[in-house]
Amino acid sequence: MSALTQSTPAAASTEAAPEKELRPPSYWPFVVPALVVVLAIIIFPWVFTIWMSLNEWKVGSPTTFVGFSNYLRLTSDPRFLEAVGHTLVYTVLSVVLPLILGTLSAVVFHQNFAGRGFLRGVFIMPMMATPVAIALVWTMMFHPQLGVLNYLLSLVGIPAQLWVFHPATVIPSLVLVETWQWTPLVMLIVLGGLAAIPTEPYESAQIDGASFWQVFRFITLPLIMPFLFIAGMIRMIDAVKSFDIIFAITQGGPGSASETINIYLYSVAFTYYDLGYGSAIAVVFFLLIVLLAAVMLYARQRMLWTEIASGA
Amino acid sequence: MTPRQIIGKIGLWLSVLVIVSPAILFFLWMLSLSLKFEVDNAAYPPVFFPDHIAWKNYADVLASNRFLTYFINSLVVTGSATVLALMVGVPAGYGIARMAAHKSAIVILIARITPGLSYLIPLFLLFQWLGLLGTLVPQIIIHLVVTVPIVIWIMIGYFETTPMELEEAALIDGAGRWQVFRHVALPIAKPGIAVAFILAVIFSWNNFVFGIVLAGRETRTLPVAVYNMISFDQLSWGPLAAAALIVTFPVLLLTVLAQRQIVAGLTAGAVKGG
Repeated sequence: MSALTQSTPAAASTEAAPEKELRPPSYWPFVVPALVVVLAIIIFPWVFTIWMSLNEWKVGSPTTFVGFSNYLRLTSDPRFLEAVGHTLVYTVLSVVLPLILGTLSAVVFHQNFAGRGFLRGVFIMPMMATPVAIALVWTMMFHPQLGVLNYLLSLVGIPAQLWVFHPATVIPSLVLVETWQWTPLVMLIVLGGLAAIPTEPYESAQIDGASFWQVFRFITLPLIMPFLFIAGMIRMIDAVKSFDIIFAITQGGPGSASETINIYLYSVAFTYYDLGYGSAIAVVFFLLIVLLAAVMLYARQRMLWTEIASGA
Repeated sequence: MTPRQIIGKIGLWLSVLVIVSPAILFFLWMLSLSLKFEVDNAAYPPVFFPDHIAWKNYADVLASNRFLTYFINSLVVTGSATVLALMVGVPAGYGIARMAAHKSAIVILIARITPGLSYLIPLFLLFQWLGLLGTLVPQIIIHLVVTVPIVIWIMIGYFETTPMELEEAALIDGAGRWQVFRHVALPIAKPGIAVAFILAVIFSWNNFVFGIVLAGRETRTLPVAVYNMISFDQLSWGPLAAAALIVTFPVLLLTVLAQRQIVAGLTAGAVKGG
């Protein structure tokens, strides 16, 4: 791994500090152009979204200020509430499965074998490939009559499935694609963690005759926990917002069985052009992501405390 | 080698085979679909190696006059959004790293958490008011939402690792801040810029959601064009798969060629909480 991963903010800031006192404002000109861009394309949309969410704002008709009524409407919109449920199920599965498979893959990629670099490149292809392009091929693979997946199932004696064409299997099928696509990212992060583990614990475990599983459970897993947590957090943020795969494969269907918040938001804003209500959904959606992140942070904190408590 | 070591070796290779096969088999199947005539693609059980290879699928996609338009659109949008992002993002990364203004990175974090669609609603209205819809400008601007944070994030991390001594020496010799940046810091930062460039190009090239809202018939980028092929023009699998492969091929090639930079960039972003 390059120097990028080894950057130490602490060291850099102690170096930069005296410099900063010397001529404090002089680095500002470097930041100003980016600041203008960030203000225009990130901050402005944010503020404007909040303002729009307080208005009745439809394309082609005059806007009126309505206060919080868009938000109140959300609480009794069955399609939105259903979408929240779909999003949570989709997200939990799309965090847990890549975490497990990514960790196992990282353990394998941590070993030395010929062609490791090249195979790592191949392994990360799913997450770098154009999502719409791979969604198209998955759609063909899911095809109930002609799809290759049902053929593969038939080889091991499992009856044909309807995959994304049935309400009961559509979310698990989409999660399969999401897992296939994003397990590599978890693998890369955990691999970085494995590279940072010292060798001493392993040597003493070997002397003590610990089994492979014991070594993994009691040495590797606790040491890579911080990396797993980061991977889980990133995975959560991406899975909640997942759009391309779902939109290109099912567009939220069949019916609304795979309609997540993001897909519903798209329909409201750009199919019905109800921009005020869409903005309210966007704000609540953002808050939901922040809330999920906070819950994960809290759980991590709790885990740390119980570890310390049980260790004492 | 002891028997135990041999078993270990075999086990390792089997595990490697198991974990890379989903990726390999998928892309091979994509290739197979794209090279088959309809007869073979509609066959059950599926045909993996066709008797007749349908190069025609690729020829048809490449020969359609719209494809060239969409390809150029993608090049213009991704190229402009990446170059603009490097122009503002590299100096910004430098400034933030040297000022040790780590809190400013929170904006980048918020940008990372925010759903792409919530940028689209206000910017869509803005572009409509400005009368820009129907040109490529809205897409170039909105792709900056993707490329600028990537570039800034990676460049902050990179400039924090480059040594200060040379820059300080140059300052003492009477060079201005801009000269130091241009002639000392920038040349050293080339590998970091390469990482930022590659990731910005890939994520901009792959972007789909901005295009489906902002692109008209003439201004589609390739991902949007492929999506529209599914819904309207094409129902046969061969040409569709060929189009999909053409769209994603540059990215796949870049991934294998520059895997080391990509891995470095992604884990840097990730480990630092991106």
